[in-house]
Amino acid sequence: VNEALLRDLVPAVIGILVRRGADFASAEDAVQEALIEAVRVWPDDPPRDPKGWLVTVAWRKFLDATRADTSRRRREERVEDAPRPGPVGSVDDTLQLYFLCAHPSLTPASSVALTLRAVGGLTTRQIARAYLVPEATMAQRISRAKRTVSDVRLNQPGDVATVLRVLYLVFNEGYSGDIDLAAEAIRLTRQLAAMIRHEEVAGLLALMLLHHARRPARTDPDGRLVPLAEQDRGRWDTRLIAEGVDVLQAALARDRLGEFQAQAAIAALHADARTAEETDWVQIVEWYDELVRLTDNPVARLNRAVAVGEADGPRAGLTALAELDPALPRHTAVAAYLYERDGDPETAARLYAEAAQSAASLPEHDHLLRQAARLNARLRR
Amino acid sequence: MNTATMGRTREEKTMAKYLLLKHYRGGPTPTVDFEPMDQWTPEEVDAHMQFMYAFQARLEETGEFVDTQVLMPDGAFVRYDGEGRPPVTDGPFAETKDLIAGWYIIDVESWDRAVEVAGELSAAPGPGGTPINEWLEVRPFWGGSATVTE
Repeated sequence: VNEALLRDLVPAVIGILVRRGADFASAEDAVQEALIEAVRVWPDDPPRDPKGWLVTVAWRKFLDATRADTSRRRREERVEDAPRPGPVGSVDDTLQLYFLCAHPSLTPASSVALTLRAVGGLTTRQIARAYLVPEATMAQRISRAKRTVSDVRLNQPGDVATVLRVLYLVFNEGYSGDIDLAAEAIRLTRQLAAMIRHEEVAGLLALMLLHHARRPARTDPDGRLVPLAEQDRGRWDTRLIAEGVDVLQAALARDRLGEFQAQAAIAALHADARTAEETDWVQIVEWYDELVRLTDNPVARLNRAVAVGEADGPRAGLTALAELDPALPRHTAVAAYLYERDGDPETAARLYAEAAQSAASLPEHDHLLRQAARLNARLRR
Repeated sequence: MNTATMGRTREEKTMAKYLLLKHYRGGPTPTVDFEPMDQWTPEEVDAHMQFMYAFQARLEETGEFVDTQVLMPDGAFVRYDGEGRPPVTDGPFAETKDLIAGWYIIDVESWDRAVEVAGELSAAPGPGGTPINEWLEVRPFWGGSATVTE
């Protein structure tokens, strides 16, 4: 059984069940059960029409569950009276599920969990392992999320921006356990981009592809972080880069710039440089100016300071940095980097050690600690 | 480390894990001056246990529970003692002033929420039903992933 192919069908099948009269929460449960059966049955008896098979089995599971719940007898009668299914699911059903799972009434963590299950077709166990929490905890998060959106009609127009934020969160969760969440986020964003023509959906897809292309070079065989400037660019995935650049160029051509397109443009400029020295930092600064204009995001300003440091020298970078809130994540790490480039290893070493204390992840902590140790060893000589 | 930096924005993440470490005694100014539990009335012991079950059930219900363990008071310090030699052990130190009794691990949206949960746990009832007000040490976990770090 091709699990990814199977999971592609999930949102459409849920949509069909909902249009036949099932409520979203029950439909979603029924499709999950049908998936389990598909994995069990298909290897020996592959269906001619996988989607039709899933609809039939999921609908039967739904009816079984409804019948089993005698307190819901009246709903069962309504369901039995429901007209037989019309043509099989549309793009709209799947799109509506994206919107529902990213509904503004949900917390980010709930949106992420619900999206991975109802749109991604992952099991609760897989999601729990990816987020390193017990399965019961993740099950609880998902069922609470379902309750929260139980009154939301599936035909309400949604906001693409909230969907993109959820997909971006999934992507940034990266890789842990046996599920590659970055790859899953790309799959879901690709599916979304195929359904709607929206510049920022394309922008996010391009950003993910360009970032993902560098992943093989981002850590060394011992698991250590490798900074962009030191990465072996031969290990970048040129196929993903080419696709990302294509997607981005098509989006930019429509001339409706947004933050994900701007971020993707920066990633594309990095991808375009055959060596770190060839990086077009002047253009990167211009894109950061756009990004700051679009979002006024302090993290974008911080990254802009780094780019200014490369384009106009470390002094200029430190001047840009001085205007920002020192409490920003990675502020100290950026300062350390710029001080070293400015020929002040004492200050840089002190700041690297300080930055390690407040790093956002363990690999980042280890990386900053090694930078401090490297400078301190040089200073002792 | 001040609370402002503890509450730093982890913009790329949805949830973060925290350890709530139960020191039997200890903390900035130890507040625990009640009798050991075997001196409580059975009703007081039951009330305390009930509170703990309810606390965990609430965390499970909100989807924030990760783990809890209770440590036995004995055990020992152990260290390497050179090639070909058995490790050195020392202890047990059952009489030590600060005895780690166990922990909860929670997965929550913010530092503020972690503090709120720890506050609830610290209100577990002691003798006479009075909250024990024990100090709980709240420590963030390093996250493992670093997708956007370059």
